[in-house]
Amino acid sequence: MLPFLARRLIVAALVALAVSMVAFGLMFVAGDPAVVLAGQAGRAQDVEMIRHAYGLDRPLPVQFLGWIGRALTGNFGTSLYFNLPVATIIGERLPVTLMLGSAAFLLAMLVSVPLGIAASLKPGGLLDRAALLLAVLGQAIPSFWLGLILIVVFGVWWGLVPISGTESWQGYILPVVVLSYYAMPALMRLTRAGMIEVLGADYIRTARAKGLARLRILMVHALRNAVLPLVSLAAVQFGMMLSGSIVIESVFAINGLGRLAWESLLRSDLPVVQAIILILSLIYVTLTTAADLVNAWLDPRLRSAR
Amino acid sequence: MTVLDLDNRILQRRKLWRRVSRSTGIHLGGGLLVLIAAIALLAPLLAPHDPIAQDLTRRLLPPFWQAGSDPAHRLGTDHLGRDYLSRLIFGARVSLGIGLGVTLCAGLIGTMLGLLAGYFGGKIDMLISFIITTRLSLPIVLVALAAVALGGASLQTLAIVLSLLLWDRFAVVVRSATQGLRNREFVQATVSFGASSLHVMLRGILPNLRNTLIVVATLEVANVILLEAALSFLGLGARPPTPSWGLMIAEGREHILFDPWLIALPGSALCLLILAVNLLGDGVRDALDATSS
Repeated sequence: MLPFLARRLIVAALVALAVSMVAFGLMFVAGDPAVVLAGQAGRAQDVEMIRHAYGLDRPLPVQFLGWIGRALTGNFGTSLYFNLPVATIIGERLPVTLMLGSAAFLLAMLVSVPLGIAASLKPGGLLDRAALLLAVLGQAIPSFWLGLILIVVFGVWWGLVPISGTESWQGYILPVVVLSYYAMPALMRLTRAGMIEVLGADYIRTARAKGLARLRILMVHALRNAVLPLVSLAAVQFGMMLSGSIVIESVFAINGLGRLAWESLLRSDLPVVQAIILILSLIYVTLTTAADLVNAWLDPRLRSAR
Repeated sequence: MTVLDLDNRILQRRKLWRRVSRSTGIHLGGGLLVLIAAIALLAPLLAPHDPIAQDLTRRLLPPFWQAGSDPAHRLGTDHLGRDYLSRLIFGARVSLGIGLGVTLCAGLIGTMLGLLAGYFGGKIDMLISFIITTRLSLPIVLVALAAVALGGASLQTLAIVLSLLLWDRFAVVVRSATQGLRNREFVQATVSFGASSLHVMLRGILPNLRNTLIVVATLEVANVILLEAALSFLGLGARPPTPSWGLMIAEGREHILFDPWLIALPGSALCLLILAVNLLGDGVRDALDATSS
């Protein structure tokens, strides 16, 4: 287990480094960041001043090392718009997005896994077909549009929930539903496929022949093996929910990380954007690495495979 | 290839064809897609009005099922008095154009990377796998948004950015398929004839990836269309007055209280298109899976 752990962590660290290079490099995609920072009214000497003040006249590797070094200590620089430390602003917004993402993830798992198991019991049966139909239809609905439609129906017409903001817990209902439903079809399909495969295996037949209770076979013998690919997908989906909430947050006017990223982009507040990209990527790397480790723990064969 | 192999192939092709002709998903999805593609192609002939011509005296006319609609504008007009039906028709061009164009470019990049990684293995595989992992770790929507914002929001920038970002699924699938194929006898035979690596990859392996590529490409088209709509909705894609469905939803958002049909129509169009693509993709995948097993 230890060599596997070490190898996996080294890869994760390398990916994290590459990701931070992308986040850093993004600042230079648009050309000279000093010109961008100076804005349209910036004169030549303003640009020079900014270049020096932000250390943009130093070699790129030096700048990158300085940036990543400060980021490691939690210092992401100063927001150009708020004139506050980026870390402070993100610290206020991150919990909202984490809360939204976690709730959506929980809901998605609670709906899709039991549904996938139920569908796998009788492949081709009525429930199976209904679930697949729902999955196909669900995947075709853009989440931001579904959000708007739900706002109209439940917020405006029926007045059941607030139409924007998260002052009360009711404000979380629609965003959580919209954010979670999009992950459901993939999770459901994978659960179903995994269960169908496992249920056809010899050892399940043996378990049945032994006369074990149906529920016990399902939950203990089958699910444990079917859950392996699900762990990886769940980690990926959770990461995508956190970064994908950018659209949902703007639809529901939620002051989370995604909305902050979007607004910062629109006002060219690059330090904030860079920090958010870095943080979301690192969360994703952590999640997928954790999923690999959980899988290796569940299935010892995987420890030597890679 | 022996005669038996050839026989098998013909048999398989027949089996596939029978599957295809029986699949409701392929019929329904394919039919719908052909219809939408025809609408997109014939947009100038079908649209009753110029999609970007404004008429401020005829703003926000209701669609035909509401009282006070105008027969000249069956689906009403938007906040600038532009004919909504015409904008919806021309919007199909944006969605399909971006969907197909980006998938083609991203597919080329991903297939190339996957072929190289799967064929050569070793260090090259490690490097490319690392690039794939890094790409997967990036928050795609945010990076695309940032790149488009910095590169200047327009459909062209959006298409380029998405092409450079969405090759991951192609690369992953092609890589593992190539790994499986490269040790097969017919590929090894080509190698032993002294064929160059390039020849083996392009002539020996690539043709055998066709089915896989078709399935991945179909699913990717849907993904691209959704992303274009989402980014245009956020104001970092199509620029006004381009009739993009995502942008139309964003524009209709301000009138959501009294005229929700302004967002219902372009949204439904999007749903139909994605549904068509997904049905087709799933149908093709099932047909191919069933014949190969």
